[in-house]
Amino acid sequence: MSLATAHFSPPVLSLRLFAVWRRNFLVWRKLALPSIVGNLADPVIYMLGLGYGLGMLVPQVEGVSYIAFLAGGTLCYSTMNAATFEVLYSGFSRMHVQKTWEAIMNAPIALDDIVAAELVWAASKSCLAGVAILAVIAAFGFTASPLALAAIPVVFLTGLCFAALGLIMTALAPSYDFFMYYFTLFITPMTLLSGVFFPQSQLPETVRSIAELLPLSHAVSLVRPLLLGQMPAQIGLHLAVLAAFTIVAFWLALALTRRRLLK
Amino acid sequence: MPLEIAGLVKRFGEGAEAKDVLRGLDLSLRPGECFALLGPNGAGKTTTLRCALGLTAPTAGSIRLCGLPVPEQAREARARVGVVPQIDSLDPDFTCAENLIVFAGYFGIRESEIRPRIPELLAFAGLEGKDKARIQSLSGGMKRRLTLARALVNKPQLLLLDEPTTGLDPQARHLIWERLRRLTAEGTTILLTTHFMDEAERLADRLAILDNGRMLAQGSPREVIAAHIEPQVVEVFGDWKPGGQPDSGAAAWAAAHAGALSRRCEISGETAFCYTDDAAPLLAHLAHQPGLRSLHRPANLEDVFLKLTGRELRD
Repeated sequence: MSLATAHFSPPVLSLRLFAVWRRNFLVWRKLALPSIVGNLADPVIYMLGLGYGLGMLVPQVEGVSYIAFLAGGTLCYSTMNAATFEVLYSGFSRMHVQKTWEAIMNAPIALDDIVAAELVWAASKSCLAGVAILAVIAAFGFTASPLALAAIPVVFLTGLCFAALGLIMTALAPSYDFFMYYFTLFITPMTLLSGVFFPQSQLPETVRSIAELLPLSHAVSLVRPLLLGQMPAQIGLHLAVLAAFTIVAFWLALALTRRRLLK
Repeated sequence: MPLEIAGLVKRFGEGAEAKDVLRGLDLSLRPGECFALLGPNGAGKTTTLRCALGLTAPTAGSIRLCGLPVPEQAREARARVGVVPQIDSLDPDFTCAENLIVFAGYFGIRESEIRPRIPELLAFAGLEGKDKARIQSLSGGMKRRLTLARALVNKPQLLLLDEPTTGLDPQARHLIWERLRRLTAEGTTILLTTHFMDEAERLADRLAILDNGRMLAQGSPREVIAAHIEPQVVEVFGDWKPGGQPDSGAAAWAAAHAGALSRRCEISGETAFCYTDDAAPLLAHLAHQPGLRSLHRPANLEDVFLKLTGRELRD
């Protein structure tokens, strides 16, 4: 087996990965309050600002107030951002700057465990941020349905998906500056195209057909109806797409990380 | 056996860019010994340790770490090994005690098990009372000692240290040496890499000199010196003023006389190193050379090292 194919062999995981997850949790716990405020403040300010401001001009979107429309999108893109920032900046610090991963690999923990732990950790952290945002949304009365609770597992899956995609960038990054490309060329356009701020029906046909393939679109398609108290259409399809992005991206990220660190 | 390596080859890159960093390395550690791997930068010391830990797959050869085949069972084998890496990898977000607790967690050791051992581990590292100290507040020597304590959380059979005293002041080096001797006295096997000869001569029961991925010499420090170099060295330096000729340096003197008066002579900078079995005739000659100064001493490990690996700079 050549080295290149060895990098793509399936992950071999052990339960010790939860020790790595716990390490990240213990660090987060020390700074939990500023971390949650940081993940919460920006999306909530945007939601309230745009929601009330633009909401004056746009009385109804898809049959609901603009701010109620915006709430589901805000929950999704802030989860995406929280997961992405965690694996990109914090993950890169642990991998490259602090050599935390190298230290852990001297223990009976494999690199596969570490990358999987980073994936699950980033999803956990983004899910915590998502729950905080959901609480704000409920407190302002933009959702009243118990179905909104069903959005929490979708938020976790969304976190997994974008953590996996972000880990590919972390594996490739020569420095922190590299991540700017990912944000400006991928994350920001996706946020605008995925129906976060306006319905995808406003997009030209060709753009729309591409936009509907983006993972964030599928997260929004699930979360928005749940917050509005409706059962989403095509639940299985949307979940499957998010899961497929997660699996393929994680597999690629793992192969690239092995190539980088196990030489 | 703590570590057995046979025919280890490690090639980086492929095709025309392929480079063999290890070219058929054999190494076998005896239980309870301290073994030093000496070599210039780029000799393959760190790669040897990485292969031994299963952190990179060997191109050829076999490795058994604590009796287990590597890389196949590297994870299980590493549970019995402690590692002090070359680069500081302590967790800056944690205190000293938290670093030990979290690292023990990677071995599946519960906090309730490790917590009672923390005072003892910190005391071993000379860090009494530092359990709540932040990593940023520690000096380089303290960080290295904490890393040593961290490597002991799982009570390892074998301790691997990659240049454990590089960058430390003499006080910190002596403390590390004393602790490593204490560990071998308690039965821990130690493999360390270094390019400090005095470190190897003081600590190692056996050592190997490695260069370009090959073992050039192996044995106890005395054996290696006896096998590879003449017992006496006379270092000659200063100005040479032969009758009626202009002043010139030790190199000119060596060209004229060293061949007859010593077995072998090497020039490095402005010093001639003359190696010989009997220094008396050479010293008698030097007594009549005004301007030239000399230093007569027994040959040491550094002489062997420089003879085997050359005097050119390594980058």
